[in-house]
Amino acid sequence: MLRFIVRRLLVTIPTILVVITITWGLIKLAPGNFYSGEKRLPPAIEKAIRDKYGLDKPWYQQYGKMMWGILRHLDFGTSLRFEGQSVNTIIRRSLPVSAAVGILAYLLALIVGITAGSIAALKQNSKWDYGSMALAMLGISVPNFVLGPILVLIFSLGLYWLPPSRWGGFPSRNLILPILTLSAIYMAYIARLTRAGMLEVLRSDYIRTARAKGLSEKDVVIRHALRGGLMPVVSYTGPALAFLLTGTVVVERIFALPGLGNYFIQASLNRDEPLIIGIVAFISITLLLMNMLVDIAYAFLDPRVRYH
Amino acid sequence: MATNKHTDETDLIHVAPEMAVAEADVRPAEAGEFVQGTSLWRDAWRRLLKNKLAVFGLIVVGIVTLASIVGPTLIKRTFGFTPDYIPTDYPTLIRSFPPFTGPNGEFSWTHPMGTDNAGRDQLARVLQGGQISLFVGIIATLVSLLIGISYGAIAGYFGGRLDNLMMRVVDVLYSLPYVIVVIVLLSMFRSQTPRGQLTLLFIALGSVSWLTMARIVRGQVLSLKNQEFVLAARATGVSGARIIFRHLVPNTLGPVIVYATLTIPQIMLTEAFLSFLGIGVQAPLASWGSLAADGVQNIAIFPWQLIFPGVTMALTLFSLNFLGDGLRDALDPQMRTV
Repeated sequence: MLRFIVRRLLVTIPTILVVITITWGLIKLAPGNFYSGEKRLPPAIEKAIRDKYGLDKPWYQQYGKMMWGILRHLDFGTSLRFEGQSVNTIIRRSLPVSAAVGILAYLLALIVGITAGSIAALKQNSKWDYGSMALAMLGISVPNFVLGPILVLIFSLGLYWLPPSRWGGFPSRNLILPILTLSAIYMAYIARLTRAGMLEVLRSDYIRTARAKGLSEKDVVIRHALRGGLMPVVSYTGPALAFLLTGTVVVERIFALPGLGNYFIQASLNRDEPLIIGIVAFISITLLLMNMLVDIAYAFLDPRVRYH
Repeated sequence: MATNKHTDETDLIHVAPEMAVAEADVRPAEAGEFVQGTSLWRDAWRRLLKNKLAVFGLIVVGIVTLASIVGPTLIKRTFGFTPDYIPTDYPTLIRSFPPFTGPNGEFSWTHPMGTDNAGRDQLARVLQGGQISLFVGIIATLVSLLIGISYGAIAGYFGGRLDNLMMRVVDVLYSLPYVIVVIVLLSMFRSQTPRGQLTLLFIALGSVSWLTMARIVRGQVLSLKNQEFVLAARATGVSGARIIFRHLVPNTLGPVIVYATLTIPQIMLTEAFLSFLGIGVQAPLASWGSLAADGVQNIAIFPWQLIFPGVTMALTLFSLNFLGDGLRDALDPQMRTV
C-alpha cells in the first residue's frame, strides 16, 4: 500500500507540472494580452506594464521565473486584475465558499442517491424503480444553469421562501438553492450507479449465502449488499469531483457567490495569467489527491482489489 | 461484435462468434423453408422497439431534429419572418411577449413560445438554436470517435509496451480537469468570427472526450485480435493498418455506437455550459445554451425566455439518454445491467 501511494505521488507531481505548463503555453500562444482588452493604451504605459511584469524577457525566462516561484515556495505571484492581491490570498479566500457548497452538495447527493438507488434495486421493476429512474434521467438531462434559475423563479421570486442569490456566510439560507442546483446531477448519477451495482450484487453468491444462513433482510442489505453495491459509487467519486468543480463554476455564477469557480471564469476572461495558473494548479492537485484517496478507499472496501 | 462487413454479402447467419449465444429466438427451420438468419443489427432493432422508453426517445429526438432542420423555413413560409427578424412597428416599448400573445396583449398563434427582448420569435430562435446544438453535439462526437477509435485500436492491436504507454497517457489525462483546460483554451483563443469559434468548439470538445472511447475500443480489439479471422487476414499478408481499420474496427461498432449515442448529450451539455459562460457559440449564431444564458438575464420578468430553450434542451437530452440506454441494452446484451 505504501509503495502504491509513493508511486502515485511520483506520477502526480509531474502531471501537475505538465498541466501548469500546458495552461501557461495556451495563455502565451494566444494572441493579445491582459492589458489589450478594452481600449488601446499609449505606448509609454504599455511599455511600463511590459517592464513591470517582465513580458519583454524571452519566454523561457518568464517560464523559469514562474516555475521557480511555484516549486520553491508554492508562490503563484500576484493577480494582474485584483492588484496587490496574491493568488494564494484569493484562493484562500474563495476556497471556503466553493468547498462549503461543493461538499454539502455531494453529501446530499450521496444520501438521496444511495437511498433512491437502493430502493429501486430492491424493488426492481416496481413503480418505485421506474419512478426514481425516470427522475434520475431527468436530473442528468436538465442542465444546472436551467435548473438553478427555475428554482430561483419558484422559491425566491414566486414563493418568497429563500433568498435568490449572494453569499450569506456559513451556514445560511442562501446556501440552500445553490446546493440543490449543484447536487441534482450527482443525485441522479449516484442513484443510477447504486441501482446497477446493487442489482449485480444482490444476485451474487455471497448474498445467497448470507440469506441462507438466516440473516434478516435488513442485515443482508445494509451489511452485505451495500458494501459491494456501492463500489461503482466510490469509483465515481473521482470523476464526480472534476464535474463538481465545473458545476460550481456555473452555480457560483448564477447565485453570485465569490467562490473559486467564479474567480476562475473572471480570470480566464480577463487573461489574469497568475490567477488562472494558480487556480488550475490548485484544482489539479485537489483532483489528483482525491483520485488517489478514492483508489485507496477502494482497496479497503473491496478485499478483491490489491495494489502492487 | 458487429457482423463482419466484408463477409456480409449475403444476409445469412453472419454473427460474430461470441454473439451466437445471444441469438435467443431462432426458430427451428420448417421443411423446405429457407432459413432467414437474423443479423445482429436486425435483432438489435427488434429489441430496441420492445423498449418503450427507447422508442419514446427515438421519436422525440427524431421530431426535434426534423423540426430544427425544417422548422425555421416552415415558419418563414407560414408567418413570413426569419429567426433573426426584428420587427420595427411595435406599439410598445417592451418587445418580449408571453407565449401565444400578440403585441397588444391579445391571443395570437404567431409566437407560440413568445418573443425575446428584441421582439424576435422564440420558436424560430429555439429551432435554429437546435440546429447549432445538435450540430455541435454530432460533429464533436465524430471528432472524438475518430481520435478514440484510432488510438484505442492501435494500442490494442500492437499491445505490449506501446499499449502500456498509450494507456498510461489515457490514465493521466483522465485525472485532469479537462473542462478547466477547455475554458482556458476557449477564452484565450476567442475567435473574432462565429464560425471560427464554432470550429474551435468542435476541436476543443472532441479532443477531450475521446478517452472513454479509446478504452472501449482497446478492450474490444484485445478480445478480437486473437480470433481466426484476424489470423487468416494476417496469413494472407494483409498489412497491420488494414487489419485494424478493415477487420477489427468494424467489429467494435456495437459498443462504439452505444457510447457515441451517450456522448452526444454529454457534449451538448458541455457546449451549453460553455455557451452559458459566454465562451461557446457566439452571436449572431445561437445555441440552446446561449439562448438560455440570454434568458437567465431576464428570468424575473420574462421567464419564458429561459424556460423554452431550457426545456427543449432538457427534453432532447432526456430522450437521447434513453435512446442510448436502450441501444446499449439492444446491441450489447453483456453490458446490460438487468
